[in-house]
Amino acid sequence: MAEEVRAELVANVWKIVVTEGQQVEDGDTLVILESMKMEIPMVAESSGSVSVKVAEGDVVQEGDLIAVIE
Amino acid sequence: MKAKGETVFESVLVANRGEIARRVIRTVQRMGVKAIAVHSDVDAELPFVQEADDAVLLGAAAPSESYLDIAKVIEAAKQSGAQAIHPGYGFLSENADFARAVRDAGLVWIGPSPEAIVAMGDKVAARNLVGDAGVPIAPGTREPVTDVETAVLAAKEVGYPLMVKAAGGGGGIGMSIAHDEDQLRTAFATAQNSAQRFFANPAILLERYVASARHVEVQILGLADGRVIALGERDCSVQRRHQKVAEETPCPVLTPQLRARMCEAAVRAGESVDYRGAGTVEFLLDPASLDSGGEFYFLEMNARLQVEHPITELVTGVDLVEEQLLAAAGEPSMLDPSSVSATGHAIELRVYAEDPKRFFPSPGPITTWVEPSGEGVRVDAGYREGNRVTQFYDPLMAKLCVYGEDRAAALARAREAVAAFQVEGLKSNLPFFAELLDDPAFVSGRYDTGLVERMRSRG
Repeated sequence: MAEEVRAELVANVWKIVVTEGQQVEDGDTLVILESMKMEIPMVAESSGSVSVKVAEGDVVQEGDLIAVIE
Repeated sequence: MKAKGETVFESVLVANRGEIARRVIRTVQRMGVKAIAVHSDVDAELPFVQEADDAVLLGAAAPSESYLDIAKVIEAAKQSGAQAIHPGYGFLSENADFARAVRDAGLVWIGPSPEAIVAMGDKVAARNLVGDAGVPIAPGTREPVTDVETAVLAAKEVGYPLMVKAAGGGGGIGMSIAHDEDQLRTAFATAQNSAQRFFANPAILLERYVASARHVEVQILGLADGRVIALGERDCSVQRRHQKVAEETPCPVLTPQLRARMCEAAVRAGESVDYRGAGTVEFLLDPASLDSGGEFYFLEMNARLQVEHPITELVTGVDLVEEQLLAAAGEPSMLDPSSVSATGHAIELRVYAEDPKRFFPSPGPITTWVEPSGEGVRVDAGYREGNRVTQFYDPLMAKLCVYGEDRAAALARAREAVAAFQVEGLKSNLPFFAELLDDPAFVSGRYDTGLVERMRSRG
């Protein structure tokens, strides 16, 4: 089953840590968001192949899709 | 000296945003000086822009496009005819290149000399400098460390536990504690990453970590005639993620003798760099040492106005921003250094846009904003109802400051003010302050920098 990783808050996408299609494990950091001078790592909660839906510098809203793991 | 009715400057540009820009503008205008704001596009509707006599748009929301762009700020000053620049805190306030650029443009820099900023901006150099001037410092590295193997070797000499921090940084960013070599390796990588990113300087300082310490700082003021005076202390031990959330003055555990020693050390630190204007010397105080008189260590010096300066103003009656303007203009101080004294007790609560449990950022719209008011209540707010708190800047919305004749009275007033403060539309940490003000350790006055973590681990 696919896991959808979504933003919990309004933030800027600071860094994409993984590459498209990369195999990730539960607990791996996928993307680092930044909001109010705080870095917020977005972490995988399952294992699989990752597809990142945002680009560095993007602004994401609460609930926006950050990545999908299949 | 200026004749009565004459002002120190015709106009001052405030190179900052939010609550501190508004607070500086208030004093500038009270002194009969024209206040000029600069702002990013997303900040156009905020009170500091609206209340200024003139405002210049710098650019886009990202700080690098606006508040951190030296050329744009200088250009705004020229365009608006400003005579002087007040940098507030954060952003460019401790940037020596900016201070020099201001002076090179023929403007007055409201702050310490670029040389003092450089000397205090490098945490390793600052430690060495004040240590040589006789100020107590904790064991630590005398040279900046740039690679992890050197750090591991140095750690053996300094001794664990260690505080690992950016030599060129501040604000708790990238700071962590290491109890052994494994932790040091992790902490070093984290600190170096943050140091490079936020301060463009990968150098690291290792310092012996004082467990369960209190963070106590002294306000200093360098006058136009060269004298450096101390205006008492502030206890800033209520912290989350190594960042302050509440401060009080006086520090509840200081004896008059210890206060005198800390103030004297702070003055010595200021004198070591010919400090001019408002500055703060931060110390760690070891509570375990209080019975034997008290041991304290220099932490760092902030070469600017401090966020929590209002509590010093509440107990001393001194307007620190006014003193900054006078010192920068070469004018005599409003105060008599021999007779400044503090009376009563003041507490500051930093009202952040963050959830009160995990302290996670919560940007968003402010649909309701009702500030408490009344005797002994001062609110320095950056926002009002209808504004939006964006993700681009720090989460500080307002500083709720209260004054009472003693600590118990200040605590009671703080509880009432927190209950009366209404903020809706986003999460604020006001519920955390309601908890804090009833927490037995905080109420007793016997707490340290681990207080918030202990409150949260109790669930």
